[in-house]
Amino acid sequence: MHVPDGFINAPISIAAGIVAAGGLAVCLRGARKELDDKTAPLAGLVAAFVFAVQMLNFPVGVGTSGHLMGGVLAAVLVGPYTGVLCVSVVLIVQALFFADGGLSALGVNIILMALVTALAGYAIVVALQHVLPKRRSSVVPAAVVGALASVPLAAAVFVLLFVLGGTADIPLGEVLAGMVGVHVLIGIGEAIITGLTVGSILGVRPDLVFAARRYEQELELRAPTR
Amino acid sequence: MSGGHGHHELYVERATVVHRLPPHCKLVAVLAFVVAVISTPRSEVWPYLVYAAALAAVAAVSRLPATLILRRMVVEVPFVVFALLLPVVARGPRVEVFGFSLSESGLQAAGILLAKGTLGVVASIVLAATTRPRDVLLGLQLLRMPQALVQIMTFMFRYLEVVLAETGRMRVARESRGFRARHLGHLPVLAHSAGALFIRCYERGERVHLAMLSRGYTGRLPVLREVSAHSGQWAVAAILPAVAVLATASAWVLA
Repeated sequence: MHVPDGFINAPISIAAGIVAAGGLAVCLRGARKELDDKTAPLAGLVAAFVFAVQMLNFPVGVGTSGHLMGGVLAAVLVGPYTGVLCVSVVLIVQALFFADGGLSALGVNIILMALVTALAGYAIVVALQHVLPKRRSSVVPAAVVGALASVPLAAAVFVLLFVLGGTADIPLGEVLAGMVGVHVLIGIGEAIITGLTVGSILGVRPDLVFAARRYEQELELRAPTR
Repeated sequence: MSGGHGHHELYVERATVVHRLPPHCKLVAVLAFVVAVISTPRSEVWPYLVYAAALAAVAAVSRLPATLILRRMVVEVPFVVFALLLPVVARGPRVEVFGFSLSESGLQAAGILLAKGTLGVVASIVLAATTRPRDVLLGLQLLRMPQALVQIMTFMFRYLEVVLAETGRMRVARESRGFRARHLGHLPVLAHSAGALFIRCYERGERVHLAMLSRGYTGRLPVLREVSAHSGQWAVAAILPAVAVLATASAWVLA
């Protein structure tokens, strides 16, 4: 769910906007290294992909359905900085054109769903890659854990922001436990679909998975022995 | 945007003052309005009536059909559910409503939340309905949003239709083979679709980039149309936020 206007008070919303703008500036610089001059067209298409993938609903339980947030998926596929940019652009478009997520809460939404999800999630993926066997297929379990952790992590940061600038008097401990609990369940869905998607892309075009590039082997020149 | 695509028909063609305002004036006005709304002191209720009246006046001047605004307000549903939960979980003195024990502060917070959220949603809907998407992007550029970010947004918006159509064709292909996502065991099928969609998007991005390079793309998009606003237009755009700021300020003084 996107945070609408009025959930977080004005000072914290504005502060979040400044933090988000700073984060985006860093990511813009980083993305240029990940994609060079292809940045705009490729990141634009990947953003359209994230938008479309968020429309793939899957059944969660009785009558309810969930959809992918795609932060870790985007980060694993195109790199953390470009991933943040793609998800942020999706959020800006949703707020400006589809009234989904408040304009004043745009900073909060970018922090939660782009910066926390993609960057923290990707940090977990990289950390796991150091532990797991140095194989291409290790990307899948790493992405699963990263996606699983990213959703409750974003929920926890939301509760923190709500405590700082919230507009209702709610018991912190219980709400934190409740939000994180519910979002672990949502995270399981996110993790399964992220893992399966990364796995299916690894099977067809492993060169497109950014997180798998570290396993690429240098081409060996073998001359015929005489 | 090309026509005839149901839910993507965001812009409503009219010839009104609001439609003619330069896009960056409207963006600043909507943002200032929303910030004024969320700064309302907690104890006051009357400012919300002022905001709602001002926003309704703008919608009326733009000659937007009420049914269109109501239909697009569906995006609110998830946070309405959250607001309804607040009185149940919040602390403080409790009141009996229809046999439920509800928190008084929670009820108040839920009401404020719904009012602020709804005003924000309607403001965004009016903006999107009176401004062409490409003008919104131009407005963001005029407001000094980084060029790279504006370009990513431009490309996303330009190819959104194409990617969504691709998604639709994949869905038709799945369903014509008898597939319907019924339980979690069907997730791998959806994941394969998502994977295929990513590969197609990435490859299309590469082709678009090469096509643009061959047409002289240097990493910047040329500006084809100069847009500027004179002080009169800024003054017209300032009416809505000015009313809101006045209401907020007097509520703070009176509170």
